[in-house]
Amino acid sequence: MAAQGIQGGRKSNKMTALVADDNMVNRAIHHRLLDNLGIESEAVGNGKEAVDIHCSGKNFDLILMDMDMPIMNGIEATRKLREMGIRSMIAGVSTRSVEHEIREFIEAGLDDYQEKPLTMSKLISIIHKIKG
Amino acid sequence: MEQIEKHDYLQAHQKQPISQLVRSRKETEQEKMVKAETDEQHNEHQYEQNELEAEPGERGRKKPQTLACFSCQIPLKTCAEDSTIPVAKTGLPVWMLGLAADRLRADTNRLLAFLFHQGILDEQFLQLQQLEDETSPNFVSEVVNIYFHESEKLLRNLRSLLMDREFSDYNKMGIHLNQFMGSSSSIGAKRIRNVCVAFRAASEQNNRAGCLRALELLEHEYCFLKNKLHELFQIQQQRALAAGVRYPMQN
Repeated sequence: MAAQGIQGGRKSNKMTALVADDNMVNRAIHHRLLDNLGIESEAVGNGKEAVDIHCSGKNFDLILMDMDMPIMNGIEATRKLREMGIRSMIAGVSTRSVEHEIREFIEAGLDDYQEKPLTMSKLISIIHKIKG
Repeated sequence: MEQIEKHDYLQAHQKQPISQLVRSRKETEQEKMVKAETDEQHNEHQYEQNELEAEPGERGRKKPQTLACFSCQIPLKTCAEDSTIPVAKTGLPVWMLGLAADRLRADTNRLLAFLFHQGILDEQFLQLQQLEDETSPNFVSEVVNIYFHESEKLLRNLRSLLMDREFSDYNKMGIHLNQFMGSSSSIGAKRIRNVCVAFRAASEQNNRAGCLRALELLEHEYCFLKNKLHELFQIQQQRALAAGVRYPMQN
């Protein structure tokens, strides 16, 4: 299960993930889901923090990106990360179900999109895409 | 399946050991079983219908000044804190602890069955339970307590917005609602999530009266859920205590 993860230049055998969500409940649940799969995770509360953490030199195998966040939303953050050359797997997660909103999110640079709430089976399907 | 009166706030406030609450609840269930199903359907719509028929401020009941249960009028933050189902030693002899454990397990199953059957919780709650293990044995209660804390802030914000005579910022209301909807969905609070959907629809139409009615329904549903989940966690604590006392030599 563990893929090669790189944080700040140091190689680690464990997969790493970034949870970008302004909702504390979701951050706790997503962290627990990832932890149960042996994935180390960090959490940020908005899109700008997600961009900033990458600017600091950190990199992640997986980014779980919420759509609706203050300061910088998930769509803008995804677009920005791709412009920066970040090629990590970015999976959008949101409660939104309107097609054009989801399409805009995907077109910003997502590799996958899952409707909330995130479950173990949804997370496993995301991770299989990384391995594939 | 046994029909349990939905809005059983009484057990959250009576000073009775849980075994007596179960017995008194059983007697209540038997008496009301015939009309339970009718009441269930009636109760689902009663509150909403009352709100649809009455204008804010013109209702017969007293308009609460603070966030409170609209059935029991107890302030929201103390509603569950006043729940006096004791978390204490069982006081039972060792040979009876098996009976207490069985009863508590039955209480847990009955309460969960009720919550699922009434559409208050959905399968996402089961997903949370599956994330609990020996390394994180209190995960569900920890997450739910975060949910309670965040939800009460959101409900205060929503009420504060709507009580403002100059209110017009439906966009800000939408942000709070999205938060509430997201976290409710994540813990499996299905009915609350559905009320949020209706609330958001009213907000998108700039329908202030509709938003007020939705908010009151939301507060009502939240209070009910909080009481029930507190009850569930207290039963689970009792089970853990009973298991610990039952097997005292394990260490």
